[in-house]
Amino acid sequence: MTRKPTRRGLFNPTLIVEAALNAFFKLNPLELIKNPVMFTVGVASLTSTMITIRDIFLFKPFALEIQITLWLWFTVLFGNFAEAMAEGRGKAQAEALRKTKIETMAKKLSHLKSAEYKLVSAVQLRAGDFVLIESGDIIPGDGDVVTGIATVDESAITGESAPVIRESGGDRSAVTGGTRVVSDCIVVEIRTNPGETFLDRMIGLVEGAKRQKTPNEIALNILLIGLTLIFLIVCVTLQGFAAYSGKMVPVIYLIALLITLIPTTIGGLLSAIGIAGMDRLVTFNVIAKSGRAVEAAGDIDVLLLDKTGTITLGNRMAAEFIPVHEVTEQELADAAMLASLTDDTPEGKSIVRLAEVRFNWHAEHYRKPDMVFVPFSAYTRMSGVDTNGISIRKGAPDAILKLCGQKTPVEITRAIQKVAKTGGTPLLVARDQNLLGVIHLKDIIKPDIRERFAMLRKMGIRTVMITGDNPLTAAAIAAEAGVDDFLAEASPEKKLELIRLEQAQGKLIAMCGDGSNDAPALAQADVGVAMNTGTMAAREAGNMIDLDSNPTKLIEVVVIGKQLLMSRGALTTFSIANDVAKYFAIIPALFVGIFPAMQVLNIMRLGSPESAILSAIIFNALILIALIPLALKGVRYRPASASAVLRRNLLIYGLGGLIVPFAGIKAIDIVVSHFMGI
Amino acid sequence: MNTHDLSQFIVFAALVSVLAVPLGHYLMRVFTGQPIWLERVFGPLERLIYRLADVKVEEEHYWLNYAAALLIFNALGAGLLFLLLSYQNYLPWNPQQLPGLAPDLAFNVTVSFITNTNWQSYSGETTLSYFSQMVGLTVQNFLSAATGLAVAIALIRALTRREQHTLGNFYVDMTRTTLYVLLPIAFVVALVLIQQGVPENMHAYVTATTLEHATQTIPEGPVASQIAIKQIGTNGGGFFNANSAHPYENPTPLSNLIEMICIVLLPAALVISFGKMVGDRRQGRALMVSMTVLFLGSFLFCYLAEAHGNPAFTAFGVDQTISKQNPGGNMEGKEVRFGILNSTLWATLTTATSNGSVNAMHDSFTPLGGLVPLFNILLGEVIYGGVGCGLYGILIYVMITVFIAGLMVGRTPEYLGKKIEAREIKLAVLAMMLYPTCILGLGVASLLIPEALKSISNAGPHGLTQVIYTYASAAGNNGSAFAGFNANTFYQNIVIGIVILIGRFGIILPVLAIAGSLVTKKITPISNGTFPTHGPMFIILLTSIIILFGGLTYFPALALGPIAEQFSFSQPPTQP
Repeated sequence: MTRKPTRRGLFNPTLIVEAALNAFFKLNPLELIKNPVMFTVGVASLTSTMITIRDIFLFKPFALEIQITLWLWFTVLFGNFAEAMAEGRGKAQAEALRKTKIETMAKKLSHLKSAEYKLVSAVQLRAGDFVLIESGDIIPGDGDVVTGIATVDESAITGESAPVIRESGGDRSAVTGGTRVVSDCIVVEIRTNPGETFLDRMIGLVEGAKRQKTPNEIALNILLIGLTLIFLIVCVTLQGFAAYSGKMVPVIYLIALLITLIPTTIGGLLSAIGIAGMDRLVTFNVIAKSGRAVEAAGDIDVLLLDKTGTITLGNRMAAEFIPVHEVTEQELADAAMLASLTDDTPEGKSIVRLAEVRFNWHAEHYRKPDMVFVPFSAYTRMSGVDTNGISIRKGAPDAILKLCGQKTPVEITRAIQKVAKTGGTPLLVARDQNLLGVIHLKDIIKPDIRERFAMLRKMGIRTVMITGDNPLTAAAIAAEAGVDDFLAEASPEKKLELIRLEQAQGKLIAMCGDGSNDAPALAQADVGVAMNTGTMAAREAGNMIDLDSNPTKLIEVVVIGKQLLMSRGALTTFSIANDVAKYFAIIPALFVGIFPAMQVLNIMRLGSPESAILSAIIFNALILIALIPLALKGVRYRPASASAVLRRNLLIYGLGGLIVPFAGIKAIDIVVSHFMGI
Repeated sequence: MNTHDLSQFIVFAALVSVLAVPLGHYLMRVFTGQPIWLERVFGPLERLIYRLADVKVEEEHYWLNYAAALLIFNALGAGLLFLLLSYQNYLPWNPQQLPGLAPDLAFNVTVSFITNTNWQSYSGETTLSYFSQMVGLTVQNFLSAATGLAVAIALIRALTRREQHTLGNFYVDMTRTTLYVLLPIAFVVALVLIQQGVPENMHAYVTATTLEHATQTIPEGPVASQIAIKQIGTNGGGFFNANSAHPYENPTPLSNLIEMICIVLLPAALVISFGKMVGDRRQGRALMVSMTVLFLGSFLFCYLAEAHGNPAFTAFGVDQTISKQNPGGNMEGKEVRFGILNSTLWATLTTATSNGSVNAMHDSFTPLGGLVPLFNILLGEVIYGGVGCGLYGILIYVMITVFIAGLMVGRTPEYLGKKIEAREIKLAVLAMMLYPTCILGLGVASLLIPEALKSISNAGPHGLTQVIYTYASAAGNNGSAFAGFNANTFYQNIVIGIVILIGRFGIILPVLAIAGSLVTKKITPISNGTFPTHGPMFIILLTSIIILFGGLTYFPALALGPIAEQFSFSQPPTQP
């Protein structure tokens, strides 16, 4: 299964049918009461149903009552439908996630050093168990490699086909259940119990079942309950005022007024917005441990980013050959090129390309049949070629120096330092254990990273680059990449200190990290995004995991967090603004019988009191369903200053919310009064 | 608006602006404990009070302690006032030998004055002794205003302090407010009023014979001292029943101007102090602009409605145009010497703030003209508002505004760097729900319970307006009335008294709880992602939310009251 951002159509017919059915199941009062606004609509619908039935038996006119009652029920059902749609889409996501949880058998070891294993089902594994995983086996659960090194195919969860190396110790020890070992064999200590893995948590979140309300959602819910209660008071007391004024109003009209006034639009769509937000997160291959973290992402002030892999391409490019002693540059380039001819890594290819460009060579002409290539390995940390009895090696300085076994020449030390100072990585080249010189691998700033940072700045987020480089190099890269600030020569303590310092100023910090030494910082940060490639410790400490291990993904997470809030805010504003038009439709309709002059307030010139009330309630139900796509997709967010965003949303949802119902109710009234004769 | 009226209004507005700015600065110095000149005069007295009352100045209160201190202080004041009113016949300074008040009336007057409401279901000159007026009511006029200020100061402190727990010392706030703000201003204003002809004596009432040989009793008393604080402290309770329409309370055009300025001066200055105290004057300015827009809108609406006159008279060919010879407009219930401008300006001021004093009878305004004072009260009296309570009232609206705006920009809402979260919203919503519950709920009861219905003097929509106005005035702690409503019945005295208490402490407690929660929070620094609460967008949004919430909550009731009444003008008169 590859889960590159999958865009399923919003209105998949099977989903719609299923959601429509579920909308009825959700009428269960125990379900409904979780959403006080919709519960109120439910009670109102029930009351109005009983009134209608009573009037049928009392031989009173009931045609209008039936219609109002039906539309009230529709309002509840539409709200339920929105939630069911969101859940349905989430379930589809969860299904996809579940597929990665294939039922596997695990080779369980009785203890770490045991040579014997027992075959057990993966679901029987508990945290602390050791399992042996050999080439071709599926890893049965999340855990840490405790012995060995292996290449692992993680395409099942990341969609990335190139296998990755996982080894004990260090920062690349975590393995995820559902992935497959391609070569070698490892012993893994299982860290999670069944049902508690990251996948399990995420499945719970997108299905909406385990979704806990986020802080802002709780606050908004309180506001909506408050508004509902206020309008309840308004409508109940209105009967008293009407009685004093001379004529009681039919209860069913008051119910209609109440339902049009309470914020049903946002009330009905509130949970759909939340579920859809989680769902969107999954399509970006990010797993969140809670909705709270996603919402917090929208509030981020400062983003701490590792340089490598985030700001610069993880792969460095050869930029320069620095020969030492009497070696010429050409000689060094020749050796380096030969050593890299079959090196498929970007670095290797870039060395070949540099040599070709510098000396106008054609690499293929140098390939000889007797060449024996020594591939790069995690143990030797070098690669090379043996040809004509000559052995050429290139690799990490300490590895090559160890190979050559001689004291480091001053010239080499100087060259290595020179490369390091400019932010580059030195590689040493040796022929027959004689040092030829240094290859300067340069950091390449990611092509679109400047724009990404500009975008973050527009959102009001300050970016801080964290790097182990010296301050000079860091400053050079920071300036080139366009980050706002940098932390050079960063140690885990320094990172933690920086986060605490910023937090003390009241800022919310997001941080991306993968290493074990990142864990404290990830835990301290308000939003900690752990890379999937990282250690188990880092993944436990963070509150989100990026399956693609792409730190700029945080921008998407921030956008999703903001969209969550914006959708709620926009629909709340829209809901409240709608009430103005509804008053102008219903109030004259209610009282024109007592005060004929009240007709002046009927500024929409609606056909009759009955058609006015019916139009308002129909509009109220239809607008809910019309806004479902918006709730599921989220209000569009374009990075801009808060004032600009507010101005835009106020115009669309505030002013729009004021005007749209006037037009909508009038249009419905024309249909209702002309074609249905009400 | 003719040039005369316009000029008068401009002079008034200019004087308020000129006075409010330095006063705002001065208030800031008083509340933040900076040295002020008056400390040289009252400093020893201040320290003596602390020593006598055993107040430890450095000891600050948590919000619960602050609230408890406030409640106990007010309860003691209430007990004392209740006894004083009930037994005024045994107390000195009672030249008219007025009897003690009935318990229900004494209860009503007591809660009314300790809450800065000054709803008066009695007439001062025929009910209260000089001792009751001076030692009872005037003292509470000072203390209730100081209480409002103390709550506002506590809330401002909560917004400016970082991760702390205390809000200040209630007793210190009360003492400093009274000594350095209310007393000095009241003293100066009282002197000016005495100069203008307001009596300040302990004489028995004078009996005079008029030109028509009728006898007339002319009341006297320590009037000036009470009028000064009644205007400054947005109390509004008159010495006489006719309030500021009475020539002894408000004898001259100058006294009228001064009293109008006094109504709005402290509330407006406090908004300026707010900006200074939170360290960003633009924040104060934003609230000020929003308030002023609302004020100008409501004043103009009221003025135009009244100046337009009564359409029923127009039908009879009565000339209602305003000119030099003719005050014009709807003059029923208005003093000819004040005319339309000064009557409507006062009516708007007294209801925009929580003052409640009147120089014209709101009951006699045209339906739409009378709608303005009523709507101002229904909005929660946040257009400048009462001393202290206006500021904390509008800050509740600000919380709601910031919450909605914050969501719309995709960020956890924050105001002045303080995150507005579920707890704050819960308390703000609670405070906002109290008014409609009291006004609509108990208002309707007054229209349906036969015992209560007796108080209404006019049937039909006007009676409905009277009731809503009464309960709005009580809940909002305004104290003005649609005077046709007879409130001195057992039912109304008790129910209105309860509404007054809910309207006061039902708001103060949530506000202090909000303060208690905000004070512990961090202050998030401003970034590009922060939605600015000083720009035009915020002002527009805040103003719209205030109008929208008020409008949506009360529109149906208002439609059956003033709006229906206005429409009845356009109906052909029904034959009896």
